[in-house]
Amino acid sequence: MEGLSWSASGRDIVRDVDLEVRPGETLGLIGPNGSGKSSLLRCLAGIRPASAGAVRYDGQDIRGWSARRIARHTAFVEQATEAETDLRLGDVVALGRMPFRGRWRGPDRTDREVVDAALARLGLTGLRNRAWRTLSGGERQRAHIARALAQRPRCILLDEPTNHLDVRHQYELMDLLAGTDRTVLVALHDLSLAARYCDRLVLMHRGSLVASGPPGTVLTPGRLRGVFGIDAETGHDRLGNLTVACRGVARDPA
Amino acid sequence: MSVSPPDGSVSALHPAARGKLPSATSPDAGESPQDPSPDTGESPQNPPAAHPDAGESAPSATPARDGLSGLSAAALFTAGIAALAGSVVICVRVGSSDVGYSDLAGALGRRLGLVTEPLPPLLDSLIWDLRLPRVLLSALVGASLAVCGAALQAVTRNALADPYLLGVSSGASTGAVAVTVLSVGSGSLGLTGGAFAGALVSFGLLMLLLRRTGLDSSRIVLTGVVVGQLFTALTSLVLMTSGDADITRAITHWLLGSMASARWDAVAVCAVTGAAGMVVVQACAPALDGFSFGADTAASLGVDVRTTRLVLLVTTALLTSTAVASVGAIGFVGLIVPHGVRFLAGPLHRVLLPFTALAGGIFLVWADTLARVAFSPQEVPVGVFTALLGVPLFLLVLRRRGEL
Repeated sequence: MEGLSWSASGRDIVRDVDLEVRPGETLGLIGPNGSGKSSLLRCLAGIRPASAGAVRYDGQDIRGWSARRIARHTAFVEQATEAETDLRLGDVVALGRMPFRGRWRGPDRTDREVVDAALARLGLTGLRNRAWRTLSGGERQRAHIARALAQRPRCILLDEPTNHLDVRHQYELMDLLAGTDRTVLVALHDLSLAARYCDRLVLMHRGSLVASGPPGTVLTPGRLRGVFGIDAETGHDRLGNLTVACRGVARDPA
Repeated sequence: MSVSPPDGSVSALHPAARGKLPSATSPDAGESPQDPSPDTGESPQNPPAAHPDAGESAPSATPARDGLSGLSAAALFTAGIAALAGSVVICVRVGSSDVGYSDLAGALGRRLGLVTEPLPPLLDSLIWDLRLPRVLLSALVGASLAVCGAALQAVTRNALADPYLLGVSSGASTGAVAVTVLSVGSGSLGLTGGAFAGALVSFGLLMLLLRRTGLDSSRIVLTGVVVGQLFTALTSLVLMTSGDADITRAITHWLLGSMASARWDAVAVCAVTGAAGMVVVQACAPALDGFSFGADTAASLGVDVRTTRLVLLVTTALLTSTAVASVGAIGFVGLIVPHGVRFLAGPLHRVLLPFTALAGGIFLVWADTLARVAFSPQEVPVGVFTALLGVPLFLLVLRRRGEL
């Protein structure tokens, strides 16, 4: 049973955002570049301390928690970054077991099993001995997700995980995230993807929370015009999924 | 990482040190599973017959899935220790006047109270007062520098990082020069003390400058370079104004690194700080792996980023300062040995660090022995040989990884 609630307010980047994330839900974080999505996720992951307000996991303020304790609860996948490392894919996934291992201990059987399971889940078992730099962007991204799963977190925070992925992998990834019983909070640029997979969406603009709720209520042409500055139409496809079609840049952004 | 090669080390005094970093190389990743024998890389100059135990059985062992799996890593590590011990014994024997195994055993036995029959005093003194401390100091300094290099490469995420990145060698040179010119203290003790003090002062300044920035990796590199340049300039200033050619020459020689003045007190100091420092760095091994993808990912994996960086910076600075103060700024060990070992033993620091220590020790023991005997009776600064041996090894590693 998890009730993740937090409110963080930074001077500029994230302002007085109040939000409660329900256990097990897939929550999409949308908003234009620079709207504070990444900073918000970092606050939530305990990487940046909130300058005001509090982040709570299960009702407990995480201020004062060790990084290790937070890491056992919540995993964070950064936006794809360049990293030159000699690690192999399997090593990277095994990093997810760090919060559970002592300083002096190597991986034990549980660690290996969890890593194996995470690799299998992402279809990476065959690539585990591949050097990191020989992997494609999509393979790296999946490896990071597997690493997050290896943390066995109750909550996974992801910043633009579908960047660098081709369409098929985007959908595969979102299927996987939406299919877990873990709480997932994911920042997305692709509004259709967000509408299709997220239980709820949170729309951010200039550091503030503009709207939250089911995709249908958040993604309205008016808001898209006001926040993103685009002329968009929303509708439903034959399967009943919400679609967002962008007609172009709004002439007179509201 | 694209931070340009930092040359935190001395420079104004001797252009030779400049060449220390192969600036065009961007050794990054990619290890391919291959022959994991930890020895082939570090002591290629082994005299053929010399190393009964160093060929290192290393049965083309499984480059196991998790780097080296526990058992094979332990076996290889034991073999590495044997190789280091063998190197020490052999290198004590080699020199201008040869020392036999029995002489060595006699000198050791007498200290342990096992043998009563004394050796000729001159021979005994050669072994006990000169060769043994020198070889042991080489091993300790080599191990310390290599471990510092490995740690700093991970902390700064910069493949070109080396122990002098933090500018402590420049601080040490300023301290040494100041002490020499001002004739504070006496003899080598004054030089060592001054160098150590100088290194600490430069490191203090570095931390002061970094105080607000949260020890961000690229800032560590840049600030280290700035501090290094400042102290290099100060050294030049003191040298030029004092205008003593002898001092300039002595300092230059010292800066290139020399084990010639190795004595037991230096061995003791380096042993204590080296052991303590390496334990601390080893304790941070998981965190060093976590830094592979940057500070934020490390933090999300449970690493206390700021504390870990601080601990590692202070530890490596102390280790490096001790080494520089004892034997000068020996280049290249801290840069290439970690790369060579990473290539052989894999990048996971839990395994990498102990092997790096062993490899660094073996490497410097042999490099110093070469420096001693190659142009005997003339002695070449050991830094020259670490570079001469290091550059081809480094190129070899790059080539095997397909980067050159």
